[in-house]
Amino acid sequence: MTATVDTAALTAWVREFGRLIAAGRDLLTELDSAIGDADHGVNMDRGMTAVLAALAADPPTTPADVLKRTGMTLVSKVGGASGPLYGTAFLRMAAAAGAADALDAPGYAKVLRAGLDGVVARGKPAAGDKTMYDALAPAVDALDEALAAGRPLGEALRAALRAAEQGRDATIPMVARKGRASYLGERSAGHQDPGATSVTMLVSAAATVLGGD
Amino acid sequence: MNQLINDPSNVVADALRGMADAHPELRVDHENRIVFRGDAPVQGKVGLVSGGGSGHEPLHAGFVGPGMLDAACAGEIFTSPVPDQIMAATKAVDGGAGVLHIVKNYTGDVMNFEMAAEIAAAETGVEVVAVVTDDDVAVQDSLYTAGRRGVGVTVLVEKIAGAAAGQHRPLAEVADIARRVNANGRSMGVALSSCTVPTAGKPTFDLPDGQMEVGIGIHGEPGRRRAPLATAAEIAEMLVGPILGDLDFTGGDGVIAFVNGMGATPLIELYVVYHEVAAILAKAGITVARSLVGPYITSLDMAGCSVTLVKTDDEMLRLWDAPVRTPALRWGA
Repeated sequence: MTATVDTAALTAWVREFGRLIAAGRDLLTELDSAIGDADHGVNMDRGMTAVLAALAADPPTTPADVLKRTGMTLVSKVGGASGPLYGTAFLRMAAAAGAADALDAPGYAKVLRAGLDGVVARGKPAAGDKTMYDALAPAVDALDEALAAGRPLGEALRAALRAAEQGRDATIPMVARKGRASYLGERSAGHQDPGATSVTMLVSAAATVLGGD
Repeated sequence: MNQLINDPSNVVADALRGMADAHPELRVDHENRIVFRGDAPVQGKVGLVSGGGSGHEPLHAGFVGPGMLDAACAGEIFTSPVPDQIMAATKAVDGGAGVLHIVKNYTGDVMNFEMAAEIAAAETGVEVVAVVTDDDVAVQDSLYTAGRRGVGVTVLVEKIAGAAAGQHRPLAEVADIARRVNANGRSMGVALSSCTVPTAGKPTFDLPDGQMEVGIGIHGEPGRRRAPLATAAEIAEMLVGPILGDLDFTGGDGVIAFVNGMGATPLIELYVVYHEVAAILAKAGITVARSLVGPYITSLDMAGCSVTLVKTDDEMLRLWDAPVRTPALRWGA
């Protein structure tokens, strides 16, 4: 059967991401206190709260609309490095969604990869730099591989989540080479990256909400 | 910690209201938190926009005015402004000759300015060039860090590029001179106390009496190392040594020597330090062409200082001497 991801499904995905961010706010801030400037949880929560309010006030009508408004709101409200990174990711996803009323599984995977490409364009991360890329890139690869192997979207998203979690956990021993954590050099090792943690929540929200096959 | 504030979460907005009251020659957009020179946009002149987290006053809003910046965007304390603010400032100062962004090298600042430039260019076709300052020798510049932090040299870049723009030079030339100042500038700082972010209400780090943090940034980041408090002469050596070790400052037309206060250190102590810096430079055969002493790029109520040296040429010095009329820097006008 063919899964379709329509406007309502994408809205639900963004809402679930917002819920996970709010629930994980203190964890994200704690992780960021260790190697950054202790504002990742607060900033992301402020941004996602504004996104959910905007989507509720004026429900979007197309997939691209959901993604574009999420991106624009994050860019305006989050600040720091996370605002431009998440904002660019969602804006690139909106562009990739185009004028479609709904996305099929490969279409959704293409959208997610466009988001990853946006993160790469904005932050220029490489694998192992201890950033959100280290969780998001393996997740997007796993999603593509599972779909190419003929798996249904739900199963493919669960594989993507496992890859994101492994990528997130793998940031713990890494020495940061991007952002404020990089000023700490070797002292950044031994801490889980906050950005890799929050982006794993984004993949987790997709597996929960869009994974019903 | 005792602070002269009304509400910790309104400090930035309240301070901007005070700037508007004190400096009627400036125009303040309170909604977007932008300070403009009153006559912006100046037709035919490259517009200079800077900005960053608040808490470094007088940087950046104190440097808005003829001969320096056209607009400054104020972020939350120690947090980059968002693209909406920077975009609004960029469009408003475009007098047809393009806009120069002066950005301190922090990941968040660089990305927010970059996004604003892309969106502004897409919406109005304004040409934007960004110059990123990265002069802090306390941070290793390598593939393994976000690069050096932008600190003291930012003040000198804003002054010199502002003078070049004031002569209605083209955008590429203004950007070139800004980059030249940054490339020839190096800084290093020391903290004798932490700073207190109003919303946090307590010092960012714990620094016992009799201790100091050497190689600090301007956001209460940890320094290179902690050491027992030393004399001004010894501290001057600790700051100037790494700067001279990083770039050859001999030759050329001498240096601009800038001793900056971090916020809570009185001017009398800064002059004590300046004397030591001048003595070290004289011994090293380095000519001081110009000097600047005072709190110009601060870290809230942190005690301490930073030293910035810029190796100059004749053109830079002429632009440095050009008239400037801003709340915090004012001469010849």
